[in-house]
Amino acid sequence: MNRMGINAVFILILSFLSCSALAEWGLNIPLGATRISESVHGLHMTIFYICVAIAVVVFGVMLYSIIYHRKSRGAEAANFHDSTVVEIIWTIIPLVILVVMAIPATKTLIEMYDNTDAEIDVQVTGYQWKWRYTYLNEDLDFFSNLSTPQEQIDNVEAKTENYLLEVDKPLVLPIDTKIRFLLTAQDVIHSWWVPELAVKKDTIPGFINESWTIIDKPGIYRGQCTELCGKGHGFMPIVVKAVTKEEYKVWVAQEAKLQAAAREVKDMSFDELMANGKKVYATNCAACHKADGSGIPPVFPALKGSKIALGPIEDHIDMVLNGKPNTAMSAFKEQLSTVDIASVVTYERNAWGNDKKDFVTPKQIKDIKDNNK
Amino acid sequence: MSEHHGPDKGFLRWVYTTNHKDIGTMYLLFALTSLLVGGIMAFVIRAELFQPGLQLVDPNFFNQMTTMHGLIMVFGAIMPAFVGLANWLVPMMVGAPDMALPRINNWSFWLLPFAFGMLFCTLFMEGGAPNFGWTFYAPLSTTYAPPSVTFFIFAVHMMGISSIMGAVNVIVTIFNMRAPGMNFMKMPMFVWTWLITAFLLIAVMPVLAGVVTMMLMDIHFGTSFFNAAGGGDPVMFQHVFWFFGHPEVYIMILPAFGIVSHIISTFSRKPLFGYVSMVWATGSIAILSFIVWAHHMFTVGMPLVGELFFMYSTMLIAVPTGVKVFNWVSTMFRGSMTFETPMLFSIAFVVLFTIGGLSGLMLAIAPADFQYHDTYFVVAHFHYVLVPGALFSILAAVYYWLPKWCGRMYDEGLGKWHFWMSFIGVNITFFPMHFVGLAGMPRRIPDYALQFADFNAIVTVGAFIFGLSQLIFIYNLYKTVVQKKGEPATDQVWETADGLEWTIPSPAPYHTFAEPPVIK
Repeated sequence: MNRMGINAVFILILSFLSCSALAEWGLNIPLGATRISESVHGLHMTIFYICVAIAVVVFGVMLYSIIYHRKSRGAEAANFHDSTVVEIIWTIIPLVILVVMAIPATKTLIEMYDNTDAEIDVQVTGYQWKWRYTYLNEDLDFFSNLSTPQEQIDNVEAKTENYLLEVDKPLVLPIDTKIRFLLTAQDVIHSWWVPELAVKKDTIPGFINESWTIIDKPGIYRGQCTELCGKGHGFMPIVVKAVTKEEYKVWVAQEAKLQAAAREVKDMSFDELMANGKKVYATNCAACHKADGSGIPPVFPALKGSKIALGPIEDHIDMVLNGKPNTAMSAFKEQLSTVDIASVVTYERNAWGNDKKDFVTPKQIKDIKDNNK
Repeated sequence: MSEHHGPDKGFLRWVYTTNHKDIGTMYLLFALTSLLVGGIMAFVIRAELFQPGLQLVDPNFFNQMTTMHGLIMVFGAIMPAFVGLANWLVPMMVGAPDMALPRINNWSFWLLPFAFGMLFCTLFMEGGAPNFGWTFYAPLSTTYAPPSVTFFIFAVHMMGISSIMGAVNVIVTIFNMRAPGMNFMKMPMFVWTWLITAFLLIAVMPVLAGVVTMMLMDIHFGTSFFNAAGGGDPVMFQHVFWFFGHPEVYIMILPAFGIVSHIISTFSRKPLFGYVSMVWATGSIAILSFIVWAHHMFTVGMPLVGELFFMYSTMLIAVPTGVKVFNWVSTMFRGSMTFETPMLFSIAFVVLFTIGGLSGLMLAIAPADFQYHDTYFVVAHFHYVLVPGALFSILAAVYYWLPKWCGRMYDEGLGKWHFWMSFIGVNITFFPMHFVGLAGMPRRIPDYALQFADFNAIVTVGAFIFGLSQLIFIYNLYKTVVQKKGEPATDQVWETADGLEWTIPSPAPYHTFAEPPVIK
């Protein structure tokens, strides 16, 4: 019985360790993939060991007193209660430690603030609840959405390895290149953090922050939004895919072609629109309006049976294109292609028992967009 | 009118009372209630985070829980508990018959139930309670807030008025009502730390009132203080908020410093080491607290010079804080220690507060802070200074002075159980948060990636151990105060307890020091 108990504990510990071993990040901040992330890691470890040393001394003296200067051992209290010399000593020593610590910290910080000579500029825009990446030197601009299916979040399906840390389109960057990030937000404050690049910067609506990185190693680097930005705050991860310079060039060319194609206006049947609309809805709308269109009233209205979805189609299109100012309903005219907007409007008018039987073509959306310009 | 000796009878006694002991008791009971309400919210948070995936609550309600948990614990539990202790103890410690402004004292208490009643009601409003975090950063708390934000703003106004009046009362009492011969450098440490705290409160509560008023204007009257589209600045919100917020965190810890100074000295049977340096250190911490606020904002994109200034000033706080810790350790050194419940909580305070202070020093290093900021590492840090820091000091104070208040000793065995369960629970809860934060888990998320699962499960178990062990405390209070089961307490209660409050009978009579004592 006893041995079984020990075995059980042993297996428990083993399984615990193996779980942790599977984890990408373990117990500590990562060494990372950039020179800056390495020096930040160095600073972190230095200050950590200093803290441990201080703790050992202070707690050591305390523990000694607790063991040896207890009344139950017959300890008699001394009566000293003042010493200016001692007070001065333990004011000066910490000061010296702090100055020693401040020097490397200052050096690293100055380096982190040197945004000059970037070869690639990427604008990062935070939205409730996704990221938008605009390559300022290329004709590239796309949104990056969480790709973990809602079924995994709701515990209906088994969770896969990169649960909540996976996106439909990662930010692709070349290695050995100085990349400058220009960070801003569309609605509320978000914060763009990739631990392995040691970049964390708030994205603030109306302001543009700067940061930069030079990635040393190709790889996939995952991060998350770190400023509370509403109910989807935990569901807007960041994935950076670092590739060689050559691969990057190839990717840019391919992606530019894809994006140009997506901008083209296609003719689509009702069924095609509905099928595509369902996908677009799941990625862009379901977080607030829910997969079944029931919403979370009153902040996030229901679309099932709603005045907009069952009213004149012009109003519906206008709402999707231009959003509703000062609410979480953002303007999708920049965010979605004409095809996707036509699909999602069609879908919303004909799903979950909404039965308008009407639809809108990508061509019509394009005309409305052009007229509004 | 007949002579007024004892309290009125019935419920109205508590409504009309101007007696510092009655008001102190009400503050403490209010704080205990808030602690339980805020604790239940923590249970909801931890239960949801027990496993990855969404199980119990939707993300919007989760955000309401984190927000309300923070607001209730800060403004409803810790701060009123300290005001309650000040009410009971400051007049008794300085030899005054009551607080200087008794009617204001009554009002400042009675504002609180209404302020928190209003805040609590937002949970049942359309659109739900505030869901933007206790730091309520604009524009999430203005343009994008649920309608209940207006009630939140008025609740904050009311608790601000209450705090300012409480602080004025403490200052006036200490300045004017000390017994003859008690000069400033003879004041007990708790009185000193509360005096400094009261000045901090008066300085920063109006700033908080200002920032929520600007929110109110933005929401309802078309201004754009925090809206960039109208020429405002969302970052200014954070500057104003943290100019209040950083002194606020010292408001929640300075009285704790006073409490443990008394308790460690008593149970080490030795005078407090370095009284004068303790006073100076407290004052220095208070002054420094006004010039470090932007270390909460290292990632907002301040200019380099700003980052450096706030990094250096923040590191500097380690010096006076270190002095205090070294003084407590020196007080224990070569003492003759015993380990009653108040002493256990105080020793745990020194150890665990120091851990929280050291992680604070790590957070001060701006480049490293980019990796810690808004992760569970920060959650671990401030819970270490607030739970085994502020809260443990309050528990220690209650055990230490309860015999004086009610005339009976609490059950020491139950007290020790309470301590050890709390001590173990608190560390299981908050220590793993350091790791999970360093590993990359952001704070305020309702669901998380799989590599954080093991630690979160452990944290949740710890949280329930810690939370439920507070029931032992409540039972102990009930047994001592209501059932009156403990041994009768002597006047001095503890062997070497030193101070005017130990010269009066136990339980303390309704009116004390009608004649001022003379201090030699």
